[in-house]
Amino acid sequence: MKNRKLLVAMVALLAVTMLFFAGCAKKEQVIKIGFNIPMTGDIPKVGEASKFAAEMMKEDINSAGGLEIGGKKYKVEFVYEDNESKAESAVAVALKLIEQDKVIGIIGPNSSKQAIPGGEVANDNRTPMISPWSTNPATTLNRPYVFRAAFLDPFQGPVAAKFGTEQFGAKTAAVLYNLDNDYSKGLAEYFTAAFEKLHGKGSVVAYESFGQKDQDYSVQLTKIIASKPDFIFMPIYYNKVALALPQAIDLGWKGNVLGSDSWGSAELVTLAGDSVKGKYFITHYAAAGAKGKTKEFIDRYNAAYGYIPDDVGALSWDALGVMVTGLKGMKEITGDIQKDRTALMESIKAIKSYPGITGTMKFDENGDPIKEAVIVKVSDDGQFVFQKGVAP
Amino acid sequence: MFTSLLQNVINALQWGSFYSMIALGYCLVYGVLRLINFAHGDIFMVAAYLGFIFITFLFKYVFAGGAVSGWLVLAITLPVVMFFTSLLGVFIERVAYRPLREKGAHRLYVVITALMVGLVLENGNLALFGASSRKFPAIIQRSVLSFGGLHITNLKVLVIIAALVTFAFLQMVVNRTKIGMAMRAISYDKFAIPLMGIPVNKVIVFTFILGSSLAAVAGVLFGMSYPVLDPYMGMIIGWKAFIAAVVGGIGDIKGAFLGGFLLGFIEILIVSFFSSNLKDLIAFLILLIILVIKPTGFYGVAKSTKI
Repeated sequence: MKNRKLLVAMVALLAVTMLFFAGCAKKEQVIKIGFNIPMTGDIPKVGEASKFAAEMMKEDINSAGGLEIGGKKYKVEFVYEDNESKAESAVAVALKLIEQDKVIGIIGPNSSKQAIPGGEVANDNRTPMISPWSTNPATTLNRPYVFRAAFLDPFQGPVAAKFGTEQFGAKTAAVLYNLDNDYSKGLAEYFTAAFEKLHGKGSVVAYESFGQKDQDYSVQLTKIIASKPDFIFMPIYYNKVALALPQAIDLGWKGNVLGSDSWGSAELVTLAGDSVKGKYFITHYAAAGAKGKTKEFIDRYNAAYGYIPDDVGALSWDALGVMVTGLKGMKEITGDIQKDRTALMESIKAIKSYPGITGTMKFDENGDPIKEAVIVKVSDDGQFVFQKGVAP
Repeated sequence: MFTSLLQNVINALQWGSFYSMIALGYCLVYGVLRLINFAHGDIFMVAAYLGFIFITFLFKYVFAGGAVSGWLVLAITLPVVMFFTSLLGVFIERVAYRPLREKGAHRLYVVITALMVGLVLENGNLALFGASSRKFPAIIQRSVLSFGGLHITNLKVLVIIAALVTFAFLQMVVNRTKIGMAMRAISYDKFAIPLMGIPVNKVIVFTFILGSSLAAVAGVLFGMSYPVLDPYMGMIIGWKAFIAAVVGGIGDIKGAFLGGFLLGFIEILIVSFFSSNLKDLIAFLILLIILVIKPTGFYGVAKSTKI
């Protein structure tokens, strides 16, 4: 009994101390931007790339004395929170950033699975949010406070259908997708609609899915291969690609495979090895053969962190760039966080054209950028080589 | 149509082999201790990581540069991983299960402890290796044998043979040896057995060694077949294998073995005849119906106090 009282007292003491410290840490002229990114879970590399790109931008801003808004200089502070690549954690993180950390805006979440619920929280709390990587339309639809830096799935679907038809001379296609992932499922549907529009009903000869935690896709691939498609479209994440491609090869598949922008990770080749070489995928930018600002970014990133940044890194840089441009366009920081958030949203909306490293973008009425998609081929030495740009 | 059916039978045999090997591990511990060792799936995960570490070590320091037969690497790796995984299994039994057993705690608490151990293993791994997926090194050159539209790799054959061999070995140990007899005896009456002079704790340690070694074999082969490792890889497959063991009749080796293959076949045949979207739904409905009709599973014996 005595022990229990002691325990309760200690917990209470701990809680009070934590409150005390939380109360202490404030009062300085800083602008806080929150990051709702996956640092653990299924796709930790994605969160890491966002964080690394952000750290580079923070260094740029703060070493120049801060951001100038309405004639005053403000330092920036970034709050990184891990959403574990889970929808429910993304909601909790968004709420924490908005209510506890009082950030002016949020970058992330990256995948649509988290960005759709995360965007709802941000919009309901009237806080500007820019998702670097989410490509599902629902993320920004009817949400004035939510923007994104990537192109959309409905756009990526027709690009995939068009590219497959032109490059492989395809008349039939098969799809393998991840059933319990909004991104993958949505993209599979958009592709099918676009491909069947080009080649008639039934031209998608196999349409197969697997679950998030499944590791064996042999039966799905057996079905796909038996239906003899001209190519397989795989809108799945890079870690699933590393499972799916070797299994397809084991089952005798020697044909073409086209992937979506979720393949574009620095880890793709490490995980999937030889099986991914010679395959194509749609992405936001190609590191090999980059020029100008893009190359500058790649070189700096590579020097600082030791690997070529993937598209999430580049898109996070652009998303943050858009937010910073929005901040610079504000008249003043009033200190009333809600007023400032709304002013920031309006300022981002008013950006005419932002010259990003993944292409020049401007936002339409939904907060979606109008830009170009890139198709790359994985070369024999594991580079992502530019093949073709496809404009909307 | 016929060839793709045959192909799917091969696929199911391979996938079912993994369920079987993991289910056997559940079954052994349950059979002796009446404890559902929920950490088993995570021990399997740790085994895959141990394989990954050891093979990476081998290639870096021992066989650096030299061309070496993949089979030799596997032959060295398997016993080493089995040894270390057994250590882990015994360690878990010692620190997490035995103290509770000695205090006479109800079995329910031990099961909760097992769940905790599983979570500790998952998150410990997360802390140690980070969340990035790891690639299991390709030690054996995959060769695809094709005949008449059928494709089978050397690895698939290996996996299926491994499942059969481990099953036969376990059957032999449990039914034909003295220690196997002791295991069955403890399962039968754990209060009377110590009075007969049977060292219960030693037998239990042996059971954990056996179960963990099984998980080690399954983990290394799984890593070779599905070369993306992550800390949560053992969770779902562990649960499913557990369900397979229950359907087969947990506590009976033959039941667990067949249950694993049954689940493998159900999952794969559903996808090949219906839609892949309905896989888990229909698979578990079927298992549910089987359990409703025969709650003890195919080979299980009714006991008044299961957990």
